Amino acid sequence: MNGLLEFLTSFPTLLHSAVIFGTVILFGALGEILTEKGGNLNLGVPGIMYMGGIAGLASTFLYENVYCANAGITPNTAICVILCLVSTFLAAALGGLIYSFLTITLRTNQNVTGLTLTIFGAGLGNFFGGSLNKLAGGVGQVNVNVTSEAFRAYSTKLVDFFDGFTGKLGLGTLLFSYGFLTYVAIIIAVAIWFFLDKTRTGLSLRSVGENTATADAAGIPVTKYKYLATCIGAGISGFGGTYYVMNYIKGTWENQGTIEALGWLAVALVIFATWKPLRSIWGAYLFGILYWAYNYIGGLNRSTIELFKMLPYVFTLLVLITVSLRRRKEDQPPASLGLPYFREER
Amino acid sequence: MESHDINKTADTATGTGACEYAIELRHITKRFGDVVANDNIDLALKKGEILSLLGENGSGKTTLMNMLGGIYFPDEGEIFVDGKPVSIKSPKDSFHYGIGMIHQHFKLVDVFTAAENIVLGLEGDKGKLDRASIRKAVKEIAERYGFEIDPDQKVYNMSVSQKQTVEIVKVLYRGADVLILDEPTAVLTPQETDKLFAVMRNMKRDGKAIIIITHKLHEVLAVSDRVAVLRKGQYIGSVDTVNATQQSLTDMMVGKSVTLNIDRPKNPSLTDRLVVENLTVKDKDGVKKLDNVSFTAMGGEILGIAGIAGSGQKELLEAIAGIQRSEEGAAITYLSPEGERVSLNGMDPLDIIHNGILLSFVPEDRFGMGLVGGMCITDNIKLRTYRKGPGPFADRAYSSNLAESIVSELEVVTPDVNRTPIRRLSGGNVQKVLVGREIASNPTVLMTAYAVRGLDINTSYTIYNLLTEQKMKGVAVIYVGEDLDVLLELCDRILVLCGGQVSGIVDAASTTKEEIGLMMTQFRREDAVHE
Amino acid sequence: MNKEPLIRISKRDGISFFRSAAIRAIAILLSLIVSAFVIYAIVKLNPLHVYGSMWDGAFGTEKRVWYLLRDMMILTCIAIGLAPAFKMRFWNIGAEGQMLVGGIATAFFMRNYADSMPLWLLFVCMIAGALLCGAIWGLIPGFFKAKWNTNETLFTLMMNYIAIQFTSFCVAKWENPFGSNTVGTLNPATKKGWIGNLLSDGYNNDFLCLVLIVLVLAALMWAYLRYSKQGYEIAVVGDSENTAKYAGIRVNRVYIRTMAISGAICGFAGFLAVSAVSHTISTSTAGGRGFTAIIVAWLAKMNPFVMILISALLTFLDKGAIQIATDYGLNEYASKIITGIVLFFILGSEFFINYRMKFRHHKKEEV
Repeated sequence: MNGLLEFLTSFPTLLHSAVIFGTVILFGALGEILTEKGGNLNLGVPGIMYMGGIAGLASTFLYENVYCANAGITPNTAICVILCLVSTFLAAALGGLIYSFLTITLRTNQNVTGLTLTIFGAGLGNFFGGSLNKLAGGVGQVNVNVTSEAFRAYSTKLVDFFDGFTGKLGLGTLLFSYGFLTYVAIIIAVAIWFFLDKTRTGLSLRSVGENTATADAAGIPVTKYKYLATCIGAGISGFGGTYYVMNYIKGTWENQGTIEALGWLAVALVIFATWKPLRSIWGAYLFGILYWAYNYIGGLNRSTIELFKMLPYVFTLLVLITVSLRRRKEDQPPASLGLPYFREER
Repeated sequence: MESHDINKTADTATGTGACEYAIELRHITKRFGDVVANDNIDLALKKGEILSLLGENGSGKTTLMNMLGGIYFPDEGEIFVDGKPVSIKSPKDSFHYGIGMIHQHFKLVDVFTAAENIVLGLEGDKGKLDRASIRKAVKEIAERYGFEIDPDQKVYNMSVSQKQTVEIVKVLYRGADVLILDEPTAVLTPQETDKLFAVMRNMKRDGKAIIIITHKLHEVLAVSDRVAVLRKGQYIGSVDTVNATQQSLTDMMVGKSVTLNIDRPKNPSLTDRLVVENLTVKDKDGVKKLDNVSFTAMGGEILGIAGIAGSGQKELLEAIAGIQRSEEGAAITYLSPEGERVSLNGMDPLDIIHNGILLSFVPEDRFGMGLVGGMCITDNIKLRTYRKGPGPFADRAYSSNLAESIVSELEVVTPDVNRTPIRRLSGGNVQKVLVGREIASNPTVLMTAYAVRGLDINTSYTIYNLLTEQKMKGVAVIYVGEDLDVLLELCDRILVLCGGQVSGIVDAASTTKEEIGLMMTQFRREDAVHE
Repeated sequence: MNKEPLIRISKRDGISFFRSAAIRAIAILLSLIVSAFVIYAIVKLNPLHVYGSMWDGAFGTEKRVWYLLRDMMILTCIAIGLAPAFKMRFWNIGAEGQMLVGGIATAFFMRNYADSMPLWLLFVCMIAGALLCGAIWGLIPGFFKAKWNTNETLFTLMMNYIAIQFTSFCVAKWENPFGSNTVGTLNPATKKGWIGNLLSDGYNNDFLCLVLIVLVLAALMWAYLRYSKQGYEIAVVGDSENTAKYAGIRVNRVYIRTMAISGAICGFAGFLAVSAVSHTISTSTAGGRGFTAIIVAWLAKMNPFVMILISALLTFLDKGAIQIATDYGLNEYASKIITGIVLFFILGSEFFINYRMKFRHHKKEEV
């Protein structure tokens, strides 16, 4: 009873941490949704998130702590943010490009290529992350304060205004106390939904993932679509890594493999959301709640906490099973997912 | 040549627009390897006419039309659209010239709505997917021609006929003036067929030109203005439908009988071997592929199965072999040479093997069902022999020896029995391996589907001899074939299938090609409707 | 309108052994050259020296060679487990989890029954437990695939993380000493349940047992896939389900049976990792090797002996890179980068083995 009460009163705080956690995997999942809608199952998401994260960190580190420090000027916040976002996107999209070139042009197996990309990306991220730490003087020493703070900035006025309004509920904190990328993730989710559902190009992309031969016969440039969806999707996934680096661990780097675990959770989220961008928004926050819930439930010990952390995966598995049992067509994976496509020789 | 002249005379009678012909094919030849699929064909389609393209299976109809649809490119000859020479290299080119082809296998995305499928791949208005305006446009087309279509219905919820409607509206939406329908009625019920024909007449009234590929004579007579006939890749001629009868069209389609001199000895001791009663099979869409089929196959005879492709032959053999599920009420009974009666109802292939029933089956789709393309001959022989012997390991030596003996007896040409994947062998050699394997298990029932398709004359005769040999041994041989001349000379009795029903079982020695041809193309039930 | 494509790609019917070997060799060579550039770009060191110290890291001392063999054999063992599933074209991405549950079962018996059971019974229980748990972990996705065609790639992937969390749960429960967040070495004094201990006490030869077991396993799997009735059925199902049905093979049963075998061997790899190598259990008992083994099995085209070679290459890269890290003060993750690059090249080279390319001279359009 006590536990339940405790849980309820602390729910806003739980939700707050769930949103921050969820945004990391939301980015990962959104990119992967775009990729998978084009028929490519990219298991390289964790690697791509690593590549995005390290690029964001390294570029701003070079600017803040090397260039500006040497020149003796204060880092410009706008430059920090733009530099970080652009390098994140480019590095992550490069990961997508490697994957695309291998699977689409050289027709390698998608699963194997994706897993290799994860090894490669994780290696790249941790290698440079470790090196940055070393440059900065030791483990956990790298720090890009200006950028990280810019990423985590929010309007205290807005928060206070709404908090004053809603008193204990803390609606202002709940809604407006996150860095801008949190909202960008939601905007991207809506944008992908709009793109897939309301535009001709989106329709074409979906047809590539559903029935590649039909798309090809309808004159849709299949290869181009697959490349673009995979590379842009990878770029979006990459922001998950940067969000983790800048917001979650506040502009530092750690070599504990958390990004990899989160990357796989992003892949799980794609399944959980049954390939729907809007559903992935609340799915991400739900995963966040499930992940952090142990903090707010009394009577758990260290071992049962670990069982609790299993929940997102168990839920995803249940969704996967239910979907295959119910056979509702709208919830199925794209029909050509993971399959190679070559037009028959004539 | 002859038809061209007929067309010339028609030229002066109706002369609307720049050119009177929507499409003209001149001297079109298409080869696949050594096989000439289309041999110097001339064909013209007038604006505002419905032309039936008639011919037996393998006569080259679909190949010819695929050259208009951009699937194949002709080796020789020219194509004119509206009097201008064109080169059609892709389906996109085909659209560009206003030709819309509706294939037998629909190219639709299952999870999309009708409307989404219809606009797929089109640029549209600023890239927006304006469902309301698409819906309106689709409705307009539907009203103009009398389609029944719900633009928001998902394809996976549609019946075959609804899917076909989407395909037709799709090409009309893209502004096609010429429609090619490849056997559109093969999958339709009589009622749906009538609806389709009504729509086709409306389209014709609207100035569209239509080619319909079919081999159902009553449909040809019911819907078309003119009939063009192909036979074995050659253009036989065309006639105005008003001057044609079922008999005259059958004659054009099947041609004169050819004597093949296939040996047909009689086996004096005939015994009932396989009794099939009330067999009905539905496909996964619930469409009846076999409808209440009953017959008896006897040991010591070759029972031929004739019929237009897709009349239920595949389902019949697969149902007997235990691969296809049959509907309630069917009974398949096996009588062993020793006189035992075994009911095969509900048995899968393994049950049949475990019951000691030696049933061999040469399926139509060799690599899809009978063989494993990536494996060598020995490993393919193993498919029937690997269970032999005790213990967890297969007796490879046994299979290898069997493979060697099949290869030497049937003169199979292969670089290496134990290495070369069978997919790399020529069609004739592949078929010899398959038939050899099936015979090697000493069957009491031997079913073959299109056993000589794509084979040269010599190999074909080898196969005929093998089958006759089996018959003389007392095996019940079921031979599904497409060449009527072969059926007439090889088989003892011929069962004719039409639309999944048995339209008759005749004595091969006393029947004629024309009689079988008519039985193949006429639905008995429907004749009453059409009279 | 349509230009003829510049390059026309068609599938090869077959390729000679030497040619395919040459293509792969070129790919590996190219990848090492690219890696050399990467190394130089990052650390400005002579790549040859770097490769030299990699060699030293892998083969420099007898101990290093044994470590190389140890890690290579564990990786091979997992890949062997994946082989039957992949041969059936069943994407078992779940080796990581299957290995972990096998490891948990092993550790469970080692921890709780080392003193109450005779040694032979202890080993029987450890092995049986590992096989059974792995088999169950593999069987579940196999069952759902057979019954409802549930996507096995995604299913087995999720099963990994459930297993990982379950491992964390066990680690927390079995923690020793308290607060260390590890299980600690099991039976450090008695060495009960340590398989290396069966053959010798000598440190270096501790892994001989492991090497022999995996070699035997490789030979068994090779024979199973090539000569057994079940292996034949797996190959037929993998090539064409319809042909399998035609030949009287019950496809669903083969799916479930094969996945049980696949999971059981991966579970056995977990047993080896615990009993022969770490003598403890943690999430790094698998440590991503379940994923790496997928690549190994795939590149080896399901041939267990080729798997040994590929495992050797990957383990060499790993060991070598760790040596570079200590020699040149880099961090050990450099090995992952190099491994990634080498794998990209090997994967890409398959294209040139399977397809032939024709460069087309532009023909003038008639008409």
